[in-house]
Amino acid sequence: MNGTKAIKVVLAKPGLDGHDQGAKVVARALRDAGFEVVYTGLRQTPEAIAKIASDEDAQVIALSSMAGTHLSVCRRLKPLLEQAGLGDRLWIIGGNLPAQDHDTLRELGFRGVFASSSRLEDIIDFIRTNAP
Amino acid sequence: MSKPKPPERQPRRVINESGIEIQPLYTAADVAASGGEDMIGRPGEYPFTRGIHPQMYRKQPWTMRQYTGFGNAADTNQRFHYLIANGQTGLNVAFDLPTQCGLDSDDPQAEGEVGRVGMAIDTLRDFEIAFEGIDLDQITVSLTINGAAAILIAMYLALAEKRGYDLTKLRGTAQNDILKEFVGRGTWVFPVGPSIRLVGDTIEYCAEHAPKYSPVSVCGYHIRESGCDPAQEMAFAFCIARAYADEVIGRGLAVDEFAGRLSFNFNIFGNLFEQVAKFRAGRSLWAKIMKEQYGATQPGSMWLRMIAGGGGGGLTFEQPELNIVRGAYYALISALSGAQTMALCCYDEAFTIPSEYAQRISLRTMQLLIEEMGLTDTVDPLGGSYYVETLTNQMRTRMEEIMREVDAGGGIVRLIADGRIQDRVSAQAYQRQREIDAGTFRKVGVNCYRIEEKPPEMEFHPYREQDAAAQVRALGEVRATRDAAQVAAALARVRADARSGANLMPAIVDAVKAYASVGEITAVLVEVFGRYQEPVALRDEPLAAAGR
Repeated sequence: MNGTKAIKVVLAKPGLDGHDQGAKVVARALRDAGFEVVYTGLRQTPEAIAKIASDEDAQVIALSSMAGTHLSVCRRLKPLLEQAGLGDRLWIIGGNLPAQDHDTLRELGFRGVFASSSRLEDIIDFIRTNAP
Repeated sequence: MSKPKPPERQPRRVINESGIEIQPLYTAADVAASGGEDMIGRPGEYPFTRGIHPQMYRKQPWTMRQYTGFGNAADTNQRFHYLIANGQTGLNVAFDLPTQCGLDSDDPQAEGEVGRVGMAIDTLRDFEIAFEGIDLDQITVSLTINGAAAILIAMYLALAEKRGYDLTKLRGTAQNDILKEFVGRGTWVFPVGPSIRLVGDTIEYCAEHAPKYSPVSVCGYHIRESGCDPAQEMAFAFCIARAYADEVIGRGLAVDEFAGRLSFNFNIFGNLFEQVAKFRAGRSLWAKIMKEQYGATQPGSMWLRMIAGGGGGGLTFEQPELNIVRGAYYALISALSGAQTMALCCYDEAFTIPSEYAQRISLRTMQLLIEEMGLTDTVDPLGGSYYVETLTNQMRTRMEEIMREVDAGGGIVRLIADGRIQDRVSAQAYQRQREIDAGTFRKVGVNCYRIEEKPPEMEFHPYREQDAAAQVRALGEVRATRDAAQVAAALARVRADARSGANLMPAIVDAVKAYASVGEITAVLVEVFGRYQEPVALRDEPLAAAGR
């Protein structure tokens, strides 16, 4: 972890899902924890997310998914992030994520999986511990 | 298992979510000090605090309208028939996200989303299937649609006309509250200005052609879900309703020509007494606004007709069976509040599209209140309680303060366009999450009375990719068999009317009758109007700061 510069997090809302209460709460919590947060807003395609993460040179790429498309989004995003040279960054996802999908999400490279009702401090601690 | 803290010995301060301090005991003196009994009145009479009708549920219980829709039109039609067979008295239609965002099922952006969180609708053909075998005179239909509302309202009217119903008698509701979509829910399409114009077009068109149809249901509901408090929920909704009223009055309509068909949608989770006071206060405040500020003379124009339901924001992942109990209390709140229509979030809704079983439990919860608990026996049973009357007065005062704050900040339209309401609400949601994490705002099963839990055993709604492919094929068949010249001419008229500023509804109705799709009509409007650009600043200032 870089001790002098704030960890940069790109927090994205993929797809058409409009539930952004949780994403904004997490964005505010990460900002208050001293991270630099780039919140994308709604309706981001996997291509747009990879581009923003690359342009911002983010250490952490975080997704918020509430409407059930998490697996298809992560499957499409994984190769795009790898092609953008972001395979070594920390990828995490939060939202409405059924327990039976957590292993698949981790296998896709999303090391932090935070189902709804996760505590903010747990998300912050995970990033502090695992961000490159 | 964690234990709750022991009760504190010191007298504790209790402040409700709307910021009002609650006393240990209320007497007649508190009612007098909070503003007296002037605003209580009688049900069915101005200011309607106790209810909009003299007899309320003695005459007719609330309409039961569970939010339903998934897969394609045929799947949803089957669930509609199941709910009706189980005693449901209205329908509340859930559309998938592509439909809500004005995209066809074959749009690249729709990949993985077709039929997932609601029913996929591309053309009038889907609507014909969705409502097959349902008598639109007997079962009123509520369409939960906003960004694409003008198109879906047009489809509903076209369907009803095609099936031989008299549009001048047709009842039903569309959500069609785009301003709240910019704050929460997020199914916007066009920029703020053209979005309000479209709402105005639907109100104006329905006032003339379908005068019993409710073209707008103004929602405090989703702003509450996004983080505002109960008093703000109602105050923001009234500010939004005024914006729509101002739009159509600016076109020359008289208030009594349309206000009677404005309806509302509010949330029911939270403290029982605060919620009941919220609804009683809101009813009288809306009546006062319509009478004093807008000069309404018809009682119907002053009525706060509403669906009070949902409650998703109060439900939890932890110990989900407790959501059945929460749902019962929420239904009680709604019944004690004099709602016209009720819907309950299902206990499995934090996880999945509700199962038939979960939907039936929600329906039976409402039926229990009617059949066993005596909630339809008398009007406004909490009326006259020192506590409830005092709190009703205080909540009304608080709502008026918030509305003044919005006006001082530049008005609701500007505050939403600039993202100020969004920032205020998300700052409050963050604060609340901090309190939940710290255990100072209690959630049973979350920060007290926790147990070690395995993932719940429940029926997860399946998502079948092949159904999405079938929907795309069906759309292709409609495109291949419709009259292409008729579609092109209809879309050209939509484009011309969008540019000229004419009411868009006649052109959109013609386009849907020609089987133009939701995505095609939306794309033409986007050519003229452009797309909304979301502000994502996440600021912390109070609303009034925006006005300085």
